[in-house]
Amino acid sequence: MRYLPKSPSDREAMLADIGAKSIDDLFATVPAEYRLTRDLNVPRQHGEQEVIEHFKAFAEKNALGYASFLGAGAYRHYRPVLIDTVVSRGEFLTSYTPYQPEIAQGTLQALFEFQTMICELTGMEISNASMYDGSTGAAEAVMMAVRVTGRNGAVVARTVHPEYREVLTTYAQHQSIPKTEVDYDPATGRVDLAKLDAAITDDTACVLIQSPNFFGTIEDVAAIAEIAHKKGALLIVSIAEAISLGIVKPPVEADIVAMEAQSFGVPVGYGGPYCGVIACKEKFLRQMPGRLAGETKDLDGKRGFVLTLSTREQHIRREKATSNICTNQSLVALMVTVFLTVYGKGLKDLAEQNLAKAHYAAQTIGGSGKVLFGGAPRFNEFVLQGSKTAEAANAALLEKKIVGGLPLERFYPELGPNTSLWCATELTTRAQIDAAAEVLK
Amino acid sequence: MGDKFVGTPKKASVHVNQNEDLIFEKSSPGKKAYRLSELDVPAVDAAALLGDAVRTDLGVMPELSEIEIVRHFTRLSTWNYAIDLGMFPLGSCTMKYNGRVNELVARLEGLAEAHPYQPESLSQGVLEIMQVLSDSLLDITGMDSITLQPAAGAHGEFTGILLVRAYHESKGNPRKKILIPDSAHGTNPATAAVVGYQVQNLKSNAEGMVDLAELEKLVDEDTAALMLTNPSTIGVFESEIHKIADILHAKGALLYMDGANMNALVGKVRPGDFGVDVMHLNLHKTFSTPHGGGGPGSGPVACKKILEPFLPTPVLATKNDGTLTLDYNRPQSVGRVRAWYGNFGMFIRALAYILANGPDGLRQTTEDAVLNANYLRAKLEDVFDLPFKTASMHEVVFSDKLQAKNGVKTGDMGKRLLDYGFHAYTVSFPLIVAGAMMIEPTESESREELDLLIDALRQIAREAEENPELVKTAPHTTRLRRLDETTAARKPILRWKAPAASTPLTPDTAAKEW
Repeated sequence: MRYLPKSPSDREAMLADIGAKSIDDLFATVPAEYRLTRDLNVPRQHGEQEVIEHFKAFAEKNALGYASFLGAGAYRHYRPVLIDTVVSRGEFLTSYTPYQPEIAQGTLQALFEFQTMICELTGMEISNASMYDGSTGAAEAVMMAVRVTGRNGAVVARTVHPEYREVLTTYAQHQSIPKTEVDYDPATGRVDLAKLDAAITDDTACVLIQSPNFFGTIEDVAAIAEIAHKKGALLIVSIAEAISLGIVKPPVEADIVAMEAQSFGVPVGYGGPYCGVIACKEKFLRQMPGRLAGETKDLDGKRGFVLTLSTREQHIRREKATSNICTNQSLVALMVTVFLTVYGKGLKDLAEQNLAKAHYAAQTIGGSGKVLFGGAPRFNEFVLQGSKTAEAANAALLEKKIVGGLPLERFYPELGPNTSLWCATELTTRAQIDAAAEVLK
Repeated sequence: MGDKFVGTPKKASVHVNQNEDLIFEKSSPGKKAYRLSELDVPAVDAAALLGDAVRTDLGVMPELSEIEIVRHFTRLSTWNYAIDLGMFPLGSCTMKYNGRVNELVARLEGLAEAHPYQPESLSQGVLEIMQVLSDSLLDITGMDSITLQPAAGAHGEFTGILLVRAYHESKGNPRKKILIPDSAHGTNPATAAVVGYQVQNLKSNAEGMVDLAELEKLVDEDTAALMLTNPSTIGVFESEIHKIADILHAKGALLYMDGANMNALVGKVRPGDFGVDVMHLNLHKTFSTPHGGGGPGSGPVACKKILEPFLPTPVLATKNDGTLTLDYNRPQSVGRVRAWYGNFGMFIRALAYILANGPDGLRQTTEDAVLNANYLRAKLEDVFDLPFKTASMHEVVFSDKLQAKNGVKTGDMGKRLLDYGFHAYTVSFPLIVAGAMMIEPTESESREELDLLIDALRQIAREAEENPELVKTAPHTTRLRRLDETTAARKPILRWKAPAASTPLTPDTAAKEW
């Protein structure tokens, strides 16, 4: 087996050094009735070339060469070549969690840079070094708000990604966190402020919204913050489309931002691995879940970085920890860091292109029906209400090698079978938009 | 370095590497590392479209050219130790070689660019990968059903304990407590708490194993499950595992297995055969997906039939026409634990590892991992205290008892290993061993590399006798010496700030560095 660095004579010599007659001696503590005496039923050993051929065959059974208008929490953006150049370096790829900071400064400094850029983009004071993804990050943020406030309930906007809300339901059920959902205003697709106000009680720990929300609409974060804060609840803002931060005002009024950074250079990759992040006001630091990289000095006074405040974490606090999270998404956070370094302040230009493409797509494709929620600004997604069902429209588009918008009835039955969520990014071409509009006409 | 080494370390020597500031300190206005494609639709006025919501300032976001960025991250990379540079004897972490073909196939266009909402008819390839991986993991574990959704080991534990809870709830009583051995990883109790269970500590016996009498006493109708790591965190197979399972099952409780140490079992023993009801796997340990400096991981959960109805949605299924589909109609499901289907990119890599090995390679892998640990034990047990004499599987736990007499602790010797060109072993874990030194070589180490580690550790043991200060002040040859972790925690600086406006998080922290 090509990954195993031992010759048969090495094995024999080592067994002799141990004083074992055969390898079976080393498994003597396993009761005989539990020893597997057959080969595993897994595919046979493949050569490297065969492995590649195998996966090429899998890849060819997927959508290849299709134009896609899918977004809904997983966004196609151009990934600068430097990202894979950096993350493919073995020193990053094959290193461990930086518990030995003297020989892990590369990872630690990059995480510190990541945290800084996330703070800068979100308007928050501190950021952790990543969570699994946007959905679990939002759920962890809610549990964090419960710890901070000593209150229990969560009021959640229905415009938060439906799968994020499902994950929150799973997490909240055994924490005795009652969850109330608040509807949106049918004219704007934004949180209904009057209903929100009514839903918050003295026991509400937090309000969770998403902006831009699942419909692509930008929420009135300042107004929502005022309502939440007036009643002593924290505001958590989830961000699924991180590129929006280049052109949309950051949610500085929030107490906690729980975002998905996938748009920053991470492949859509059938849903993962992605990069969740929690950023917040500094005063909530002790309740923050996940790892934190912090600056310090070594014995000679040189600047260096370490994982810090680990007394919050499971390996020290065990059942009293702020979360059970251990392994997170470090290498993906590095992808994000490289992406943000390449674009830097130019993230604004990139976001503006997204805005322009989506605007053109909404005008062009929107011509085949009606674009809903026109009463509020939006970023790179829009809801189309067509003249036929979204399923039928998508079937016609597929024939032209176009994957249309995501049918919304599954998540929002009240929107009916004809609505779908469309997304355009800098990768979407005018020709693709025009071709889709032509099919739908 | 002069007299800092008693002998000459064979594996490493000191060499120059580049200094590098933070990316923000290197930025200058007007530099760029990107050029966007030409806009093929009419430009828009962002302020007009977004109104009050428009953003105008991006703060300290960096501005650099491409060459500067490449050098920045390449220089940082040279400050890291990694599997590609040598052995990580980290017990319980299974730092094995990460095959490079895995990275190549994970980047194939049809896989890396598959959208999680693309139609199933255009997703048969990705679903097949999930199917073949699931089938393989089920045969490896001897279990009946599986979910790939959890994003890491702790997330898998969370999912597994949710299944336990749902199962008991379906019987009318969720029960109250989870039993956890004192030798367990910290994620176990943290997980039990997140799922709303009380943690009941199970004391290990004199051999560091589950104390059957104690277990018998503690298990009652309020016990939901025992969370057990097997082989245990001292690297020993629980020979009486079947009795443990019987004691639990007799009271209606379930046996959860933490799969962190599965690298000792693949192809040789199957948890499903020895009474485990539910377990998680760490694809980033046993199945060689790269650890990446702390993730991404992937923590599939496999279970017996009785728990299958409760698996997270969606579940992979085969339609009558033979095509694969995602089944959302699961009325008894615990719900979702993550958006979409899990860390799919890790499924590709884990399956590539399984394909590269085949059944023969996987068995040999396990045998080599166990051989390596026992070889280290045989070559080191005369210089380090071995608190438990029971036969080791894939890892061995020594203690610093002999060296502590001279004031040299496990953490010091771990740091000294850095000078010899190795990563430290796992320090001070498991908690049941005072001054634990937990060593897991994995199958990826050649006899030559193992001998280098043995030489280094024997040398360190000698230094602890002859020159304890040398060990206590290690490392001496790394870029940075020991870091002040106390100040880092007391006066946290968690982000960079521009010099003019530098206000550290805690008012009394002077930002002297800037």
